[in-house]
Amino acid sequence: MKTLLRPAVSLFVLLSLLCGVAYPLLVTGMARLAFPFAAQGSLIIRDGRPIGSVLIGQNFTDPKYFWGRPSATTPQPYNAAASSGSNLGPTNPALVDAIKARIEALRAADPTNQRAVPIDLVTASASGLDPHISPAAADYQTERVARARQLDPQTVRQLIARHSEGRDLGLFGEPRVHVLKLNLALDATTR
Amino acid sequence: MSQHAWLLLGLFMTVLLLLVRPLGILVARVMTMGNRVTAASGFEVATFRMCGIERDEEMGWLKYAMALLLFNTLGLFVLYALQRLQAWLPLNPQELPNVSPDSALNTAVSFVTNTNWQGYGGESTMGYLVQMLGLTVQNYLSAATGIVVVIALIRGFARHSAVGIGNAWVDLFRITTYILLPLAMVFALFLASQGVIQNFAAYQNVTTLEVTNYETPKLGSDGRPVQDDSGNPVQERAATAQQNLAMGPVASQEAIKLIGTNGGGFFNANSAHPFENPTPVVNFLQMLSIFLIPGALCITLGCMVGDERQGWTILAAMGLLFVALAGPAISLEEQGNPLLATVDTGNGTTVSTTALTDGNMEGKETRFGIVDSALFASITTAASCGAVNAMHDSFTPLGGAVPLVLIQLGEVVFGGVGSGLYGMLIFAVLAVFIAGLMIGRTPEYLGKKIEAHEMKMTSIAILATPMLVLVGSAITVMTEAGRAGIANPGAHGFSEILYALSSAANNNGSAFAGLSVNTPFYNVLLGMVMWLGRFGVIVPVLAMAGSLAAKKRIAVTAGTLPTHGPLFVTLLIGTVLLVGLLNYVPALALGPLVEHLALWSPP
Repeated sequence: MKTLLRPAVSLFVLLSLLCGVAYPLLVTGMARLAFPFAAQGSLIIRDGRPIGSVLIGQNFTDPKYFWGRPSATTPQPYNAAASSGSNLGPTNPALVDAIKARIEALRAADPTNQRAVPIDLVTASASGLDPHISPAAADYQTERVARARQLDPQTVRQLIARHSEGRDLGLFGEPRVHVLKLNLALDATTR
Repeated sequence: MSQHAWLLLGLFMTVLLLLVRPLGILVARVMTMGNRVTAASGFEVATFRMCGIERDEEMGWLKYAMALLLFNTLGLFVLYALQRLQAWLPLNPQELPNVSPDSALNTAVSFVTNTNWQGYGGESTMGYLVQMLGLTVQNYLSAATGIVVVIALIRGFARHSAVGIGNAWVDLFRITTYILLPLAMVFALFLASQGVIQNFAAYQNVTTLEVTNYETPKLGSDGRPVQDDSGNPVQERAATAQQNLAMGPVASQEAIKLIGTNGGGFFNANSAHPFENPTPVVNFLQMLSIFLIPGALCITLGCMVGDERQGWTILAAMGLLFVALAGPAISLEEQGNPLLATVDTGNGTTVSTTALTDGNMEGKETRFGIVDSALFASITTAASCGAVNAMHDSFTPLGGAVPLVLIQLGEVVFGGVGSGLYGMLIFAVLAVFIAGLMIGRTPEYLGKKIEAHEMKMTSIAILATPMLVLVGSAITVMTEAGRAGIANPGAHGFSEILYALSSAANNNGSAFAGLSVNTPFYNVLLGMVMWLGRFGVIVPVLAMAGSLAAKKRIAVTAGTLPTHGPLFVTLLIGTVLLVGLLNYVPALALGPLVEHLALWSPP
């Protein structure tokens, strides 16, 4: 046992310094030099102030904005300091209740819309910070946003197209619309 | 399965198969380099002298096991201390308080055993020093431990009448510095280029476009939630125009989290968090990096025993089992949740949704969608990684049962780095034993006779985890403290407990995360289960390595059962399914199966 102690302690210290100090510091230094924007959180700056991150969604409830995925973070939705999903099971009555409330809110903001509700618009995302919605979920909200902003729906559709992306390399993930960028573009149009 | 699903699964397996051979050969070279003079020799000799390591010393199995236990126990104490003292240590810009004793113990065991089960939320619990010097270090060292154990076992097969199975210190040092660090370094920089953050800044406040109104529990003057007369917490209205973005050195930890099949997220949402896993391309590479080393080690096995077919055979069994289970997981999630297809909004009006055409999106990210999420879930549980990019608790009953079953098979379908292969080799020994009984010959595997001692060790290694899972689950459902953690009612609540124990005992670390586990009961119980599930297998495996190494290698004769080719693949898969799965069928029937029938039966 005694012969094992010295190698154990010294190897542990050595590898801790290598993997726990040198490695993260080296990655930080190189990332800061090569990818400063990404390493700092891909922040969006407007008028010299950070107003969000390209990667992190924000909470929208005003009819003039496109709404994102429901967020289950606490205490407030889209709490980027406490990411979380709802963890509601598929047969939990609370899941149906939550979805019912979200459908009612969508209908209240847009009573004439009788289309089937895109499921991603009423189900909580995994992180609670999802920055995207599906193209169907954007399409579903187009008329409402256009009406609230007194814009031609066609103008809104053009903006959606500009802030949409397909599958990465045509292979990975799903087509999606970036909610925050789209809403910023809308604000820029009607301002 | 949709066309996209087939394409993604096919592409994933193809790229994986292209990558495993070069890396497997490299690992074999590094782990068999002995005293050969290489470019790194000078550095090595100096390091070993400084650490008091005798490079030429061959350890017997017992000494090897003692060395690993000592090394890991040391890690346990250091990680525990770092968490308990973090409030007074530097690099904690959020001034997060010291972690509670039971949570710190659980987390220390969890990261030392390569489980990376998380009872805590990363961004609200751990300061940057604990994340890098505590958790990142154990991401490396637990991975290294797993790999050196399987290398020792392979040496047991490959060596001829030998007393030793290698030198634990030399092995740990080489696998960490020559394989894990360079791989993680490259991957971390790639991640940082794609949007994964890497900094030491305080959490960033940003002004949001819209003011968020919300309700929050009202706190009294003593800082505790105020309760009304019936004991319910009083809610008060609040509003904020700020969003507080969690920061930190994420990319460096993220890389080794996946390459070392660790899986403990920097953030609570793990690989679902856009700062950990920003794009579907990154997601694909994360999936690949989980299977990379477990797959490559199969090739290492072939190289070291001098017959590459043996490695490909194991890899084929793993690959087939994986595809056979990942396919259904994807289809089941694509089917969606029938309860959400039409929702009654009162006054006799019903609203239809796209629940059955767009799949089960609860707990999934838009950019990954159904397919890339369900595939990730299968990979992370087939390997003992446990990182998640979607919330398994919200999967459909059978879609969530697939990850559970993959864990319960004993983490041998690729499995953890090292632990997956030694687990599979244990099943291979069992398979030749069963075949030996059927054809009436002394079983042998890779040139070594399998005798009573080996079968005893095999039995211990195979039975240890099911015992822990089933006894642990029974204790949990029978105690008030255990049942208090359940989040979802009915059969799903039982699934949450079964999943937690399965995940802990098999050192996976993913969860049906609705279960409230940051309580003394769960922290202590799961801590014990993780430790026993890890070392209750490692010690018998090393004992077997020792006894195998001492044996003569016997020549292949006409009477030898070939352990390569389709017949043995079938035999191996059969053994894994029979032994690994049968233990759990009754428990699975009470959880996911019941829930599935309830979900799809007409009211």
